[in-house]
Amino acid sequence: MKYIDSFRDNRLAQKLAAAIRQEVQGARPAGQPFRFMEFCGGHTHAIFRFGLPDLLPPEIKMIHGPGCPVCVLPMAKIDAAIGLAQRYPLTLCTYGDMMRVPGGQRLSLLKAKAAGADVRMVLSPHDALMLAKDNPEREVVFFAIGFETTTPPTAVIVKQAQALGLKNFSVFCNHVLTPPALKWLLDASGSGEDGVPPLDGFVGPSHVSAIIGTRPYEIAATGYGKPVVITGFEPLDVLQAILMLVRQVKAGRAVVENEYARAVTAEGNVKAQALMAEVFDFRDTFEWRGLGWIPHSALKLKDVYAAFDAEKRFALEPSAAKENPACQCPAILRGAKSPEECKLFGTVCTPENPIGACMVSSEGGCAAWYSYGRRKKS
Amino acid sequence: MTNRFERSLDIKNGRVDMTHGSGGRAMAQLIDQLFAKAFDNPALAEGNDQARLAIPAAGRLAFSTDSYVISPLFFAGGNIGSLAVHGTVNDVALSGAKPLWLSAGFILEEGFPLADLECIVTSMAKAAQDCGVQIVTGDTKVVEKGKADGVFINTAGVGLIEAGVDLSVHNIRAGDAIIISGTLGDHGVAVMAQREGLVFDEPVLSDSAGLNGLIEAMLASGVTLHALRDPTRGGLATSLNEMAQAAGVGMRLDEAAIPVRAAVRGVCEILGLDPLYIANEGKLIAFCPAQQAGKLLAVMRGHVHGHEAAIIGEVVEDDHAFVEMTTTLGGHRMVDWLAGEQLPRIC
Ligand code: SF4
Repeated sequence: MKYIDSFRDNRLAQKLAAAIRQEVQGARPAGQPFRFMEFCGGHTHAIFRFGLPDLLPPEIKMIHGPGCPVCVLPMAKIDAAIGLAQRYPLTLCTYGDMMRVPGGQRLSLLKAKAAGADVRMVLSPHDALMLAKDNPEREVVFFAIGFETTTPPTAVIVKQAQALGLKNFSVFCNHVLTPPALKWLLDASGSGEDGVPPLDGFVGPSHVSAIIGTRPYEIAATGYGKPVVITGFEPLDVLQAILMLVRQVKAGRAVVENEYARAVTAEGNVKAQALMAEVFDFRDTFEWRGLGWIPHSALKLKDVYAAFDAEKRFALEPSAAKENPACQCPAILRGAKSPEECKLFGTVCTPENPIGACMVSSEGGCAAWYSYGRRKKS
Repeated sequence: MTNRFERSLDIKNGRVDMTHGSGGRAMAQLIDQLFAKAFDNPALAEGNDQARLAIPAAGRLAFSTDSYVISPLFFAGGNIGSLAVHGTVNDVALSGAKPLWLSAGFILEEGFPLADLECIVTSMAKAAQDCGVQIVTGDTKVVEKGKADGVFINTAGVGLIEAGVDLSVHNIRAGDAIIISGTLGDHGVAVMAQREGLVFDEPVLSDSAGLNGLIEAMLASGVTLHALRDPTRGGLATSLNEMAQAAGVGMRLDEAAIPVRAAVRGVCEILGLDPLYIANEGKLIAFCPAQQAGKLLAVMRGHVHGHEAAIIGEVVEDDHAFVEMTTTLGGHRMVDWLAGEQLPRIC
């Protein structure tokens, strides 16, 4: 695995860290650090897993964004999925990390499974499709979640289900889109009127960008004057991106740079985009856990695929799920607060018993801080 | 054994049916022609409902039990049978005991092919022989199709701890070295790969192995061994957290020193897993005073099950009992308890 190792070289990391330290020295008055957000949970995870905060100078403050698919899914949707699995004689398939997340009644798909619902973990949507094909007497629903990376595979199975003429397969579509959320964050962080200094730039998604390309981020640079550096999930990628962001800010530039050219192009994966456009429509609006309702930020199946749309085939129960008012995720996701400023952090809210969006997966800011970083403060 | 049965067991094409657990002739035949034949030893041959055993020397007994429900039953590097022997032998041996006897309880699912059962039983017999233990008593139950998953096995083991041997988590002290006997994550990844149909250039084999030989060599080395533990379910991270908590100490690891096979790392990258949390079935963690660690390491490396052993960290004073790690990049992070995402039915 030489390939991996070359992105985790200690000496290179130290060199990059030294370069960052040099760049930030004296660049800003004390107490006014550069504030960069990494949008993706994958980056958050890499930052903590490799202990990058130790390598970064105090002049750099990383804010952990909402880019974790299971984190941003509202509890109402989890309740809807649990309701499907409990009220209908069907098999509900989903990704493993979705199964642990508690919904409104503190019930998760894992617990519903233990109580008798037929819930199965799949590694890919294709597994769900095959289950339906091999068991024509069994109704199978794929609980689809995720950003643009997991969307094309869902589009593929919908088309395949149609080609196979399956009558027992549908998708509960909860795919969300990165650019609208990024725009929301830019709007929310821009003014500084709540005493929270605005963000200085973004570490942009890697895998998502491989699909959508770099163009959708231009608005951050041109419309809001914020630099974006798209980068990979390897720790050296992240350090390099931070260095590039500092250099842009210092030079008064704001452009979209692509550190991840080994996988990302300006256009992205045109085929995958076409596939998504063929199968999905925008939703008018969609609720993001921790952020709220964001217009045109999620996808639903097109009417021509209604036969495979679980929302049309089954009556989904409305959920009365409410977020715990003490949860500070909305503030944390905007960079206004850090996890330890939440009263529930580490006491009521832990990875075993997550209360808010930022704790439900190891990619969430609170969970990463709890599992990898809390030593510092205790 | 003379043939008491009119027709011998059709192992090639036969399947387990309900009569094999009924207590009647079919069950007696299965026991005779499969289990007793494979496990053959004097205590078993007596044919009593219990094994009668002479304790060979003075000392304390170590006694342990474990149930095996792994899926798939056969995986690269072993099967449920060899695993059921190695796992319990190791649980006994990690106390410093010499494992002597095992029991074996089988829960068979109706319809399970006898050929597969024979293969499993043969591996158990071979594993027991390799470890120098005897399977001296057993039990067989059959449940209806759909009520089990092929075969489940329970083994219990008894071993003898010689006078003067005292391994316990409570012996661990600040200043101890933490040594691992080899690469991490091989078992979990081998099983996972099998389940998901992942193919590698170089197959990842389960590390399932009896460690009593290695432990015997370590005890004989004269080094002051403080404690041993096998990082099975939950992996190294879970074992170290349990031990840190029990001993009231902290642990500091050096990521660069922790041996992980390249293929295992690759799979972990793809599946989003951390090798520190993945199950091992043929590895142990050893604690000894740092000054003696070099000597212990040399002894371990001289053994077939310890040739990739490495010193991976040290025990420190820490009221929080935190396990922390210096990452390969020179940063620091906690190595916390596992939260959720485990690989199910890995042993
Ligand atoms: S610690 Fe829990 S409750 Fe507090 S902000 Fe984070 S996720 Fe919300």
